[in-house]
This record gives sequence, C-alpha cells and structure tokens, in this order.
Amino acid sequence: MRYIEPHGHMVSRVTDDYVDMATAGCQVVCEPAFWAGFDRSSAQGFYDYFCQLTEHEPKRASKFGLLHYTWLCINPKEAEDVNLAEDVIGLIPQFLDRPNVLGIGEIGLNKNSRNEMKVLEMHVELAARTNEMILVHTPHLEDKLKGTRLIVDVLKSDKRIKPERVIIDHVEEHTIEIPLDAGFWAGMTLYPESKCTAARAVDMIENYGSERLWMNSACDWGVSVPLAVPYAALEMRRRGHSPESIDRMIYQNPARFLGQSPKFKLPKT
Amino acid sequence: MTRQQVLDLYFMEARAKLIDLAAFMDRVERASGPEDFRMAAFRKALAELGKESQNARRVLLSLSDPTTEPIAAATTKAAAGAWPES
Repeated sequence: MRYIEPHGHMVSRVTDDYVDMATAGCQVVCEPAFWAGFDRSSAQGFYDYFCQLTEHEPKRASKFGLLHYTWLCINPKEAEDVNLAEDVIGLIPQFLDRPNVLGIGEIGLNKNSRNEMKVLEMHVELAARTNEMILVHTPHLEDKLKGTRLIVDVLKSDKRIKPERVIIDHVEEHTIEIPLDAGFWAGMTLYPESKCTAARAVDMIENYGSERLWMNSACDWGVSVPLAVPYAALEMRRRGHSPESIDRMIYQNPARFLGQSPKFKLPKT
Repeated sequence: MTRQQVLDLYFMEARAKLIDLAAFMDRVERASGPEDFRMAAFRKALAELGKESQNARRVLLSLSDPTTEPIAAATTKAAAGAWPES
C-alpha cells in the first residue's frame, strides 16, 4: 500500500513516527503551518518556524525516504492580534519560492471573530496576489458550522480564487456539503475524539463520493494518530472497497490536488 | 453492504459505545453540584437519534452555533463541544 499524508504537523512528532509512517507506505508528507500550543511572542518566532518548515523538516523526513512539503501562514488561533498577523504575513513572500512550499495554509477561523476574519482576508489577498494554492482550517466542534460558512463566503467573494485550488479541511457530516457544493476540495481529519473517526470518514466517502476528497491524520502535539490514514484504508478494506478505490482516496486524490502546484513531485518509483 | 453485514461488522462496537454513553450519564447523575450548558446540549442532541436518516449530521447540527455573524472578539482559543445557548 502507498499513501500520502496530506496534513501532518511533523515538527511536533518524534522520529519514530516518521519510521512508522514510512513503514506503513507513506511516500509524501505535507505540513501546514499551525499553532504551537502556545502563542509566539513576536514575528521573529514565526520566521524561525518557517525556516524549520522549509529547511530542517524536509531533511529530517528525507532520512526515511519521505518527501516533505509545507504551507505557510499564521494560524487562526493566533489571529486575534491583527498587528502581529500583519507582521507575520509580511514575512511569508520571501519563503514562497522555496522548493517545498505549496501555498498558504492552514488559514481559516478558530472562534469566528472579527479579527480572525480580517486575518483570513489578508491571507486570501496574499494567496490571490501571488497565485498560491490555499489550505483551509475550519473551526472546532460547535464553531465549525458557522466558521465553514463564513470561510466559504470569503473565498467565494474573491473572484481571483479558483475553488479547485483550495481545500477546506476538517469537514464533518454537517459541513461536508458546503465546500463540495461550492467547487472546493474537502479534507476529512481522522482524530480519536474530535473531528471524525475512520468509520465516519468512510461513511462520508460512500455518501458523497471521492471526487474532491482526501483524508489526513493532522497529527500534532495533541491527541492524534500519525497512522490514521492507513488505519482508514483498513476500514475501507473491511467494508469491501476495492484496492483501486482505496489507492484513489489515499494516494491519487491528494496527488491530484497537490499536483496543481508545479513544485509538487511524487517520488520516483 | 447489506444491513446484516453492517451489523456483523459494527454492532459490538456500537453496543460498547452505547453502554459507555449510558455510563457517562449515570456518572454525571451520581456526581454532586450543578451541571453546565454542555449536559443540556448533550441531552438535546441525544433526542435527535433515531428520528430518520442522517443521525450524525443532526447531532452535529444540534451541538453547533447556528448564528451567522462573526463574534466581536475571541476571548478563548478552545471550543466547548456545545453551543452555550443551545
């Protein structure tokens, strides 16, 4: 089995996770910028983080044969401070030409506040101006429905944004139709407690098809499972999905979306 | 899959989760002090089960903030799991 982990926060994972992922068939890992679990005190902290994502982490992954790509932004959890966000967004263009940067992400909303909306719009403006792809984080739990609607409205209102070059991540049963109906891609995040389980993800594949859908572990410093994607593949197999449909879901689909970036290459086989 | 196949594959797992859920409610009942908005939202969401299809979607909607305007400011980063006004 081969697969792509399209959303993993590897800077917060141990090396053994890379070993396990490579052993399970992972060929490529993509790492959106995110919240470190605490607020950074200055833009300089983000500069160092962006260097880590574009210099150090690709080398770390390559030791286990994995290609590493990344997305850059200031995460919505740190978007309440608009001045800090402006400074951080101002740093991003100097990193966009780096070989493993696929676009702007994971941007979006957390608590659906006015300042978060401003910062979201600043990110969308940057992506539109630089013709970058977008990876979107949708809010957690009770905030997800409202946040997903607000995010899709912002994206749809900018005619420079092509929906097929945007993925709206962390969808669940009550939000999956919102991005798909608007022409965006949708991502399902496999978490043990929040977001969705493997069984629910496979339910959504069966209900909505797999045309513009991917699955990811979003493994980070919290409760998460780096091997969630291969476990979901096992769930598909238990239900009788064919090897071809499983490969489409865990390898071809992420490759098709990510391949819209000229920088994204699959490993030579 | 047939219904029989779904039951064969998932019934025991669902049964275990159902009993866990019942035990959680017993635990809350047994504990002292007032409960907060989450338990009321939980009971409301439970009432969505078994009505028709799309049970998961209805439960999620029941726990969601249905409003459409951004809030003035984020005073916390965390989500509670249920909308306080549900």
